[in-house]
Amino acid sequence: MAILKHGALQPNEWQEVSDDAALPETGNVIVSLDRWRRDEASLRASNRAIGVRLQNTQSPLALASDIDRLSLVVLDFPKFSDGRAFSQARLLRDRLGFTGEIRATGNVLRDQYLFMTRCGIDAVELPEGTPIEGFLEALSEFSVWYQPAADDRTHAMALRRGGKQTGSASTVVNDSVAAMWAY
Amino acid sequence: MYRYDEFDATFVRERVQQFTGQVERRLAGEITEEQFRPLRLQNGVYLQLHAYMLRIAIPYGTLSSKQMRKLGFIARRYDRGFGHFTTRQNIQFNWPQLDEVPAILEHLAEVEMHAIQTSGNCIRNTTADQHSGVAKDEIEDPRVYAEIIRQWSTLHPEFAFLPRKFKIAVTGASNDRAAVRVHDIGLRMLKNEAGEIGFEVWVGGGLGRTPIIGTALKPFVEKQHLLSYLEAVLRVYNQLGRRDNLYKARIKILVNATGAEEFARLVEEEWQSIKDSALTLPLEEIERIRQYFALPEYESLPDWTPEFEAARKANPEFARWVQSNVKPHRQAGYAIVDISLKPEGGAPGDASADQMDIVADLADDYSFGEIRVSHHQNLVLPHVRQQDLFALWQRLSGAKLATSNIGFITDIIACPGLDYCNLANARAIPVAQRISRAFSDPKRLAEIGELRLNISGCINACGHHHVGNIGILGVDKHGEEFYQVTLGGSSRDDASIGKIVGPAFSTEDIAGAVETIVTTYLGARTSDSERFIDTYRRIGIDPFKEALYGNSQARRPAAE
Repeated sequence: MAILKHGALQPNEWQEVSDDAALPETGNVIVSLDRWRRDEASLRASNRAIGVRLQNTQSPLALASDIDRLSLVVLDFPKFSDGRAFSQARLLRDRLGFTGEIRATGNVLRDQYLFMTRCGIDAVELPEGTPIEGFLEALSEFSVWYQPAADDRTHAMALRRGGKQTGSASTVVNDSVAAMWAY
Repeated sequence: MYRYDEFDATFVRERVQQFTGQVERRLAGEITEEQFRPLRLQNGVYLQLHAYMLRIAIPYGTLSSKQMRKLGFIARRYDRGFGHFTTRQNIQFNWPQLDEVPAILEHLAEVEMHAIQTSGNCIRNTTADQHSGVAKDEIEDPRVYAEIIRQWSTLHPEFAFLPRKFKIAVTGASNDRAAVRVHDIGLRMLKNEAGEIGFEVWVGGGLGRTPIIGTALKPFVEKQHLLSYLEAVLRVYNQLGRRDNLYKARIKILVNATGAEEFARLVEEEWQSIKDSALTLPLEEIERIRQYFALPEYESLPDWTPEFEAARKANPEFARWVQSNVKPHRQAGYAIVDISLKPEGGAPGDASADQMDIVADLADDYSFGEIRVSHHQNLVLPHVRQQDLFALWQRLSGAKLATSNIGFITDIIACPGLDYCNLANARAIPVAQRISRAFSDPKRLAEIGELRLNISGCINACGHHHVGNIGILGVDKHGEEFYQVTLGGSSRDDASIGKIVGPAFSTEDIAGAVETIVTTYLGARTSDSERFIDTYRRIGIDPFKEALYGNSQARRPAAE
């Protein structure tokens, strides 16, 4: 598997460790939420980057107190038509303020890629040899959006007010921001 | 009316380009039909029994004459000269070729229209009261908020792959003409004790296999928090709605399974965390959108128009049409005109390309170029001077558009049924035609008064049979079409789901059964002003059972 991130394919630097397997000596690991809970103390203490894989039935809010120790959260699209992970990504970015990598795995298609990036997913796992041109093209299919989301893309609500500010849906509006909206 | 600015125009153009590319990739075999399916659905393209069908959004049911002419052009050039107005303020064309769809979408973009999210498991076209802005009983024009919702929900990145479709309706009037209690989310504008106008939020209503009247989720949401509240509801639903069973995936099933109180708590919790985010609507933004819906410059007229009153006295046919199709207007000297798309023997909601052109001309001549589409599959001219009503009626008559039956038994809602739809078990249009012929006498129609009859060709209930005062559901029994009858449904403020009256009727017997139901009602009503639904609620289902099946059946529980 290869990872599409920052507009290019990258080698996967993470090892997926199943719940009953021993941890490798070194290197970054991805564990399940269960494993993270079970071995949290030792994983926290270890000198490596840690990723957690969430099933799409698990609420990311379960990671609220762990998020600072995590560098990666893996979300799953078991079928491309199952959109739960879009909301999981929004909650990770907007509610928990997670700044690490959010990686989409499973049935990831180019026609969802733009939606994924808007929801805060910044990496997708693709089978080796998948042509990425379509994915990159998909990112520029729209130059304007109607609604704020978890990304920095300009949305019409802000543009119409003549402002340059983008503001994700998580941005709390204070008085000075509200004042900028006056036109 | 709403006018696209540079953002809307750019957006719709980019969407057409995107879909053009998707169609090309499909035709080249680069994506599978399964992968293409949600993409075409979210652009309004269905695969039906005989051909592709294209469903075009008419947001909150408002159309300009120019847009109507464009629909007529598409009907002529890409279809067989017809279009079908649906129960959700959309129009469907039943015969386009897939490779021509991008060209149709380009034509639509020219007149600020699109087919985005008219299908698929996403937030659908937001509907509103067809008399918005002009109804006498209105608190505030709901189209302002329907447009705000349209923009927010369009290509919302998080909600494009929901468990199932999601329908939102808004009403700003005290009488609900938008059926908000049978929508996934229904918004009812009201004034709170402090005199502020906001939204009462209903959730989890819907028809289909499991008809449910919505639950009151939140008594009052301030305007500026509308979008964050909607986003909170959708986020909870997107995470928790069932995806293992297509028929249990609507939000109504989730609300029932979690319980209304717990569901409201989950939404509240989510809402509190996003309430003051970039989703907050500044009041200036609401005002900006409102200006698009400013009312036309009416003439100042007296509310008593002698020539209109004289014409009404002189011409009983015209008087009957006024009685059923003309509604009071906010502005003195003006009227709202409902144009029935339910002529005797016609297919409910169908309009020919010529009729579309004529309605566009009439809108220009008499209604400031504005047209509305109702969820009852009719059209509306919202701003007609009373002094023009007679001339308008004459021109409508010449185009077979002056049927005097709005709200009557022949103002039938019907789905396309087995004639077009691959989900249907039975035909719906021929039954509607049969009933409209049986009740074609205008005097009798007026005597029967308000009576809603709805027909669906299968349990997916696109014809809203559950909320018809009389509902008819087509079923298949060993390859033969039968029709099950329900009584007592309503989609108004007194929303209720109809009850099955007894065993189903054959194609030959169904019109006779409706006749029996009507005769029973006429015999039982206390006065001419007691509507069918009132009589039914007073006397219950048994007298109808007895009349339809005889005494023995009346005591038997419904067999079907």
